[in-house]
Amino acid sequence: MTLREIADLLDARILVGGDHLDIEVKTAFSADLMSDVLAFAKPGSIMITGLTNPQIVRIASIVDNSAILVVRGKIPPEETLTLAEELDIPVLSTRYIMFETSGRLYANGIVGCVRKIQGPESVIPL
Amino acid sequence: MTQRCECFFPVEGGRFEDAGKVSVEVKKMLKKIGIPDDARRRAAIATYESEVNIISYAIRGEVHLQVTRDHILIDIQDAGPGISNIEQAMEQGYSTANDRIREMGFGAGMGLFNIKNCSDTFEISSEEDKGTHLKILINR
Repeated sequence: MTLREIADLLDARILVGGDHLDIEVKTAFSADLMSDVLAFAKPGSIMITGLTNPQIVRIASIVDNSAILVVRGKIPPEETLTLAEELDIPVLSTRYIMFETSGRLYANGIVGCVRKIQGPESVIPL
Repeated sequence: MTQRCECFFPVEGGRFEDAGKVSVEVKKMLKKIGIPDDARRRAAIATYESEVNIISYAIRGEVHLQVTRDHILIDIQDAGPGISNIEQAMEQGYSTANDRIREMGFGAGMGLFNIKNCSDTFEISSEEDKGTHLKILINR
């Protein structure tokens, strides 16, 4: 899907990067834990998050996310949006919750960066 | 001639608002000297995690980036409490993060594990009440 199609589907506001709406997105990673984004996000994926601090932009730049999609109707503060413009990362905001956002994208062909975490059980608290 | 570079970046403990600034600079610099996407991305992720560790736990630290003909070497030294049990700290999901760290979206216990994962060679040493030293080597 292109960013434009994603924005249409989720009735999202485009806060930064209106000139990048033709970017094609194939994968996504939903998280409010930026540590997990760093560990599991793939280049080109869209970051779906409920956080709005400037860290989300730096992380997106570092893992090569194609865009940030902020959920639950949140609008990031000015400093986050300014940094996004500076680092050239599109930012969209949707009123859908994270579950709905992810589900709607999945139903339209976007898949997760990883299906299932490989490795020791220690990542899964018993 | 293959481009090389050497830079030092100071990191101050406790300044959560600065987290990632050094890594973004490192990534820009590696792009400028033509490091391929994958190596550049791994270097930036490893630097980011290290930066967050210094900010979260240490008093101050320094990131020393060195790019040679074949490698990217990221040497990170901090002055801080050190790590008493490195083996445990390396485990996925193990974390001693406080609420402030978690509010920022960190403290999942993935840091050191992820740094190792991004490295081609990784060395860690630590001394309690002195600090921690990481050597991250990534092939160009």
